[in-house]
Amino acid sequence: MSAHAAETTFPPDSFYDTGEHHPQNGTMLGFWLYLMSDCLIFAVLFAMYGVVGANYAAGPGPKDLFDLGLVAVNTSMLLLSSITYGFAMLEMARGRQNAVLGWLAVTGLFGLAFVGLELYEFNHFIHEGAGPQRSAFLSAFFALVGTHGLHVSFGIVWLVVLMVQVRKMGLTEPNRRRLACLSLFWHFLDVVWIGVFTFVYLMGVLR
Amino acid sequence: MQERSELMQTLFGRLTLEAIPYHEPILVWTFVATAILGMSLLAYITRKRAWGTLWNDWFCSIDHKRIGVMYMVLGIVMLLRGFADAIMMRAQQAFAFGDSMGYLPPHHYDQIFTAHGVIMIFFVAMPFVTGLMNYVVPLQIGARDVAFPFLNNFSFWMTTAGAVLVMMSLFVGEFAQTGWLAYPPLSGIAYSPSVGVDYYIWALQIAGVGTLLSGVNLLVTIVKMRAPGMTLMKMPVFTWTALCTNVLIVAAFPVLTAVLGLLSLDRYVGTNFFTNDFGGNAMMYVNLIWIWGHPEVYILILPLFGVFSEVVSTFSGKRLFGYTSMVYATVVITILSYLVWLHHFFTMGSGASVNSFFGITTMIISIPTGAKMFNWLFTMYRGRIKFDVPMLWTMGFMFTFVIGGMTGVLLAVPPADFVLHNSLFLIAHFHNVIIGGVVFGVFAGINYWFPKVAGFKLDEFWGKVSFWFWLVGFWVAFAPLYVLGLMGVTRRVSHFEDMSLQIWFQIAAVGAVLIGVGILAFLIQIFVSIRRRDSLRDETGDPWNGRTLEWATSSPPPAYNFAFTPRVHDQDAWFDMKRRGHQRPVSGFVDIHMPKNTAAGIVLAGIATVCGFALIWHIWWLAAASFFGLIAATIIHTFNYDRDYHIHADEVSRVEDQRTSQLAALQKA
Repeated sequence: MSAHAAETTFPPDSFYDTGEHHPQNGTMLGFWLYLMSDCLIFAVLFAMYGVVGANYAAGPGPKDLFDLGLVAVNTSMLLLSSITYGFAMLEMARGRQNAVLGWLAVTGLFGLAFVGLELYEFNHFIHEGAGPQRSAFLSAFFALVGTHGLHVSFGIVWLVVLMVQVRKMGLTEPNRRRLACLSLFWHFLDVVWIGVFTFVYLMGVLR
Repeated sequence: MQERSELMQTLFGRLTLEAIPYHEPILVWTFVATAILGMSLLAYITRKRAWGTLWNDWFCSIDHKRIGVMYMVLGIVMLLRGFADAIMMRAQQAFAFGDSMGYLPPHHYDQIFTAHGVIMIFFVAMPFVTGLMNYVVPLQIGARDVAFPFLNNFSFWMTTAGAVLVMMSLFVGEFAQTGWLAYPPLSGIAYSPSVGVDYYIWALQIAGVGTLLSGVNLLVTIVKMRAPGMTLMKMPVFTWTALCTNVLIVAAFPVLTAVLGLLSLDRYVGTNFFTNDFGGNAMMYVNLIWIWGHPEVYILILPLFGVFSEVVSTFSGKRLFGYTSMVYATVVITILSYLVWLHHFFTMGSGASVNSFFGITTMIISIPTGAKMFNWLFTMYRGRIKFDVPMLWTMGFMFTFVIGGMTGVLLAVPPADFVLHNSLFLIAHFHNVIIGGVVFGVFAGINYWFPKVAGFKLDEFWGKVSFWFWLVGFWVAFAPLYVLGLMGVTRRVSHFEDMSLQIWFQIAAVGAVLIGVGILAFLIQIFVSIRRRDSLRDETGDPWNGRTLEWATSSPPPAYNFAFTPRVHDQDAWFDMKRRGHQRPVSGFVDIHMPKNTAAGIVLAGIATVCGFALIWHIWWLAAASFFGLIAATIIHTFNYDRDYHIHADEVSRVEDQRTSQLAALQKA
């Protein structure tokens, strides 16, 4: 297929490739690059939190707010959803469409549970008078965790759309590619959450 | 002012008739002039019955060549707007001394210098650079298109959407009065309660999506789609610089997106990231925006270094001197550009050690840049130099840019910077490198590649007029600013008391007029060239005796660029092919797989513009509707699986046969 890697040797006096040229598919590389740029957005939010994360402005701090039990449940929801997405990809490799759809549905439900718990947490904070306007610490907290939650929500919308498309078209080449992209996206969000969990919640309570 | 009814508030947010500046004569006349020009353009297109062609073959086109041309047109249009701002500032500063307050009130003057900076960087320099890369890179690497042709079209329209929002601010409401980087707390809601900063934010956010996606796109194109045999160290230098620039785009623009996002949260939600109270930290904004902002200036200049390399080597008739060192210099600049951002605010109290670090890294950048300069000089040394217009621009660049670079090294010395910070010396310095580097490079590039795009050369006489007016005009306009800066005059001032300074500002204003003549001459050059296209025609496809693959195909190139993908054995692939007597294949053509045109890009960008406008004016229902509309339209677009087609071998051989007979006729003549 990709017989035209740059290293291929050919006679020095042949100047044209007279067959049909198949450039390599760049979607996965492109999506990786996009993810890395997204990662930088999170880097900025982490840096912001690092700089103003202790500026409580005489308001509540992490110890007063964070409920590690809730966060543990929340984290496990997201981690489990990553595993189930992995199962979906395995089934895709086997070409079993219904199993793929099943695991995707489970993944989506875990994702929904995660977003739901996060919204509950946000709502709780705001009712306690610890909304994003209260202090720079809370601004940075809501921005970082909220941006992650927003990403997961978009991931869920994307997942539902893909489920419809897989049902309609089957596990075609474009759909496999799209599933692989969403897979990268989903695991990426998991990795970011590990950072949030450690840096914001665990270290916040320790501080 | 009477209270507005609840209904009006809901329907129109804070948009009222007051927002239309009909009480400002300057703006009214601008509007009238723009309207007349716009209407006559629309009438002209209608009379030529060109709407169908324009929509189908251009607006919906996903051909990288057409998108490249559209980027250039956007750049030229916005250059006129940005220059109008410049000449207004120069006029104001030439008059506003002592009792005369000039003709611009401060709040208007502040909008003008902000708009000038924003427009020149984001909507002139960026489109020009992206346009050149879009057009040239796929041709130089022997590819049929970019990696994601649809995204390319979408990127262009998002950039245009940002430009549209900035232009709208002229006639609906106002623009930011904060300077082009909108430092808080000035840009916060407390000190800038009006729509100006919101225009700024949403114009840049929407255009930023386009820039980021086109960065990813070109990166993947260069990494994955090079012709067989073209190893990294056989890539043309322009492609190398494009690669580095796109790395910078992908690694810098997200920071801008994030920091503007945080600023908008401060303004819309009332968070406290950059406020003075509740623990906010305005310095964080300054750091973050320059972590984007410094790489940004290298994003602009690197591709033009590539252009100069191509031009110098072509017009000296020699292989580029020191190709390898050129590549490494580019890569080193790419990396160093991330390690210098703090030199933009030495005076803001980071302390001697931090300042020294950033002062030294900044000075180090002059080493790879100097290496490039010597490489160009040595390429010219004992070459057969042809003084065509692109070469003139290149030599004007070398002279001007070196001086700009040296004043930059002066500014990199922290103690010197304490004297010169925010003075007109700084203004003179960065115009020295941006005009002398980016603008001269863009004109070199336009003159160099125009024959490829259009099939005929640009008129030489008007090209030279444009060059000399620009070069002389630049020095007349900015040398006085160096002088004033050394005297301690600061930037962004709309009125002066010290009459002894006036003469310098008057000289600078004359310089601006000379530059204006240069721009006019450029427009005339294009117009005259189109009129005289038959005598300027180039049928060879290789008018300059070029060295890289874009000259291997016809001018303008067919939609598929190359009927057969070239094989590369040498850095100067096309020169190598010519030297060793390659035979252009004339038969055995096969079907060519191509992407289909689509209206999705322009539709999505249109919805994004509406969404931005609604957010700026707090029209919440419209913002929500257009946001969900945007998502829905995206989803609908993903249901379109029918995205490509084949150009039949018959069609390919028809086009190629034409080319064969064209070349044969040339041979006979």
